[in-house]
Amino acid sequence: MSTRLFGARIKRNIDPQLLRGEGSFIDDIPLAQALHVAFVRSPFARARINSIDISAAVAHPGVAAVYTCDNVGALDIEMPLLIPHSSMHDARTQRPLARDDVYYVGQTVAMIVAVDRYTAEDAAALVDVDYDPRDVEVDLEKAILDGAPLVHDTHEQNIAAHFVQVSGYPDSAIAQAEHVTKIRVQVDRSTAAPMECRAVAAQFDEVTGELTVWDGTQAPISVRGGLASIFKLDEDKVRVIAPNVGGGFGQKVLLFYPDELLVPMAAMQLGRPVKYIEDRRENFVGSSQERTQIHFMELYAKKTGEVIALRDSFLHDTGAFIPYGIAVAQVASTSIAGPYRIPNIWVEFKAIYTPTVPVTPYRGCGRPQACFAIERAMDQLADELGLDRFEIRRRNLIADHEFPYDREGLIFADGLKVSLDSGQYHKALAMMEERLDAPSFASAQAKARAEGKHLGLGLAFYVEGTGLGPYEGGHVRIHPITGKVYVNTGLTSQGQGHDTVFAQIAADQLGVKPEDVILVEGDTKAFDWGVATFASRAAVVSGNAIHKSAMIVRRKALQAAANMLEADVGDVELKDGAAWVKGTDRKVPLSAVATATNPLRYAFNEAAQAATQFAPASRHDGPSLDEGEHPGLEATDYYSPPCATWAYGVHGALIEVDPELCSVTIRKYVCIHDCGNMINPMIVEGQVMGGIAQGLGGAMYERIEFDETGNMLNANFVDFLVPYATEIPDVEILHLETPSPLNALGVKGVGEAGCIAVGAVVASGVEDALKALGGGKFRHTPITPSMIHAALDAA
Amino acid sequence: MARGKIKPKLPQSSDDPRVSVKLTVNGEEVTREVSVRMLLSDFLRHELGLTGTHVGCEHGICGACTIVMDGKAARSCLTFAVQASGREIRTIESLADPDGTLHPLQQAFQDCHGLQCGYCTPGMIMNILSHLESDTEIDLSDAGVREILAGNLCRCTGYQNIISAVRRAADHMAPKAGQE
Repeated sequence: MSTRLFGARIKRNIDPQLLRGEGSFIDDIPLAQALHVAFVRSPFARARINSIDISAAVAHPGVAAVYTCDNVGALDIEMPLLIPHSSMHDARTQRPLARDDVYYVGQTVAMIVAVDRYTAEDAAALVDVDYDPRDVEVDLEKAILDGAPLVHDTHEQNIAAHFVQVSGYPDSAIAQAEHVTKIRVQVDRSTAAPMECRAVAAQFDEVTGELTVWDGTQAPISVRGGLASIFKLDEDKVRVIAPNVGGGFGQKVLLFYPDELLVPMAAMQLGRPVKYIEDRRENFVGSSQERTQIHFMELYAKKTGEVIALRDSFLHDTGAFIPYGIAVAQVASTSIAGPYRIPNIWVEFKAIYTPTVPVTPYRGCGRPQACFAIERAMDQLADELGLDRFEIRRRNLIADHEFPYDREGLIFADGLKVSLDSGQYHKALAMMEERLDAPSFASAQAKARAEGKHLGLGLAFYVEGTGLGPYEGGHVRIHPITGKVYVNTGLTSQGQGHDTVFAQIAADQLGVKPEDVILVEGDTKAFDWGVATFASRAAVVSGNAIHKSAMIVRRKALQAAANMLEADVGDVELKDGAAWVKGTDRKVPLSAVATATNPLRYAFNEAAQAATQFAPASRHDGPSLDEGEHPGLEATDYYSPPCATWAYGVHGALIEVDPELCSVTIRKYVCIHDCGNMINPMIVEGQVMGGIAQGLGGAMYERIEFDETGNMLNANFVDFLVPYATEIPDVEILHLETPSPLNALGVKGVGEAGCIAVGAVVASGVEDALKALGGGKFRHTPITPSMIHAALDAA
Repeated sequence: MARGKIKPKLPQSSDDPRVSVKLTVNGEEVTREVSVRMLLSDFLRHELGLTGTHVGCEHGICGACTIVMDGKAARSCLTFAVQASGREIRTIESLADPDGTLHPLQQAFQDCHGLQCGYCTPGMIMNILSHLESDTEIDLSDAGVREILAGNLCRCTGYQNIISAVRRAADHMAPKAGQE
């Protein structure tokens, strides 16, 4: 076999097409005579709708249809609760178009379909909605007080879910503690802000009865399931395609957004293709967000710094609805002890309705908040016990020999146990200590201070449960004409390079070039078993499924080639797109092997002659295919993980704070991370770096601001500060590779890794930098210049 | 819509006033009748079918829609098609050779893994190109390159690899310029 491709920095297959401007993002797909959608959205955070007058909009030139809840038929429903859980009662979800009540600014009230978006927006402005606004409470801590205005009358104190999980024996451990650290931390709301907003287009073919929906979703198979159910269509008549998608980061895994149902409905009713291309403002006020949590954490420790118990009680803002269930809060609560032994845990959360954009996972999904809580608490514990921040971590990190380390009693977001499967936590920390030259930092800090500079060291460790089930599949086929390998899985890609990493996996088994592996995913007509792209799971779950399928195809190819080459199967190898008798120049191309394994009647090309019924190699003593034998070189197999596999890492930074400008400059940023065996280190580094940039956004710049009436104040890129290149520092990324023992490839997920620790690193570094000035504690992100100013003012 | 049912009568166009525009796009002269309020981004994408230019915010901040107009980077989402009349426009589609061979800047993006989802990439490349091709010498220091990129948002890469790509492309393109 040629050099192993797994682990190599292979350039991406998809790039030339994207670079030439030949991508196929949804609005790039030409649909003849398409109609365009605009929505009428609520300007109130909570209001009763008295009436909706659509007459002027209907009469507007160029308008094809106007919809409200009264004329959407089967869509006048509460949309599905995707992940039911016993901690919620009467979980509330949104209606595609509001009936009677609106629950957040931006909620869809009416839909205009017109000849173009310009006209549709004009008509939307002509819809006259009479609202009766109600009192609202946007502040999370006030929303749970008795007497606070309710988002849903059915939910007192606005509590959507309440859940307690316990691991070990926290009560008895707490009684033995010699020191207690108590801390309150807060992470504010942000948004994924993918560069391509959400988009849906639909076309109904009245001749075949097939509904085709192009949806920038991370979960096309589930979208199809929902569309077929709600519209009562045969699944085979609904095709959902997620073509090139311009970033997702979790926002696009939620289904259904109103447009995902209404656009297909309109296409079916009107007999013309219909498109909804979300604009940036709508992405802010209409597509889900995440992050606000307030944690009250207590660490119970021995004088040595060994933490023997943890109690954490947190509030989780779920926005106006809870369609994705408690997933975000559950991930936070089960990640709460981070990489530390802490054998006794009591963790409770309340998910709170607020009259704001609904909350569902955004890259990190509760992990950044949990990391911020435990890491800030660890820093504080170190401070109180007079220990170094590295030392407190060393005394608590799980040791290599302790894996797998189970947190009995905690159930992860996949319904399975929390079992940290493998890692080298101590080594990672030691590497960081070395890279930051931590032992001499105190003197460097003192020296800088003497020069009037305020330098701090930021540090945070994180863990990440990745590769969640339930399962994914892989279909692998060697094409008889071209000899190229076709691979399908049930996922979608939003920039992660699936087409390249999955090609590397398949190519290793089949001896072809990675560019000769064609991945088709995100299309229910290509492959419709599977779940979705989320939770850093693609490489783990689909990667292993494709690996299994490719191994089956390899066995078939070797056997068939051995017959053709009249060699022993053990003497045949696959390389350079052919099967070879080892050590000789005797070979047969894979295309010919694939053709020969497909018994034919018609010789449609030269190679096919060898597979026809009267060809020399054909059988004449029985069926061309034995019972149970399949034609061609093809296999489908599946991988279902026993539980999540836990990646981890440690981030450290040297941070300078200017107390005059209250500005923060990152002088050095180091990331040491371990996602098991890396399929393609170039892509891994890209994922990590992108995550870090997003993390820096959340740590210093990005906060969704609501006024007290629930209006979003910064629903645009002028006021919501996504970092440009000028805000992101160079980052040094170092790898550890501890294979996951849970899957054959030994891989762990990496998609979300980068963003998790950044808030804690920045807070820890800023706090350290301003210590000498009495700058106080930084327990709230994003850390803005005003926050620094306030802290210094109070000093 | 089911077969056998009479199709609804639907409008074919709005009553927007229309105006004729004539401009050069990627070296080719084009003349079209367009709505007076049509954005240049929509014109390029939906009238001409050049969908490589993407739209990310429609308020001039993200830079995804950047094209080169008369040699300078411009936001096609903040420009009306009528404003482009008489101008010379270049879009991402003009860079690669007809056989698909990538322009050195495009190639540098692939070599350096300077793109992930690829949505911001065309705008990013057109902006960088306007700098690389300008007569003004460009500052290839870390801060200098970051400044060049400071009008384009990327949510996937964290920029580091894009910065490498700019430097690599500048290296590849410099000798060429010298030969001319």
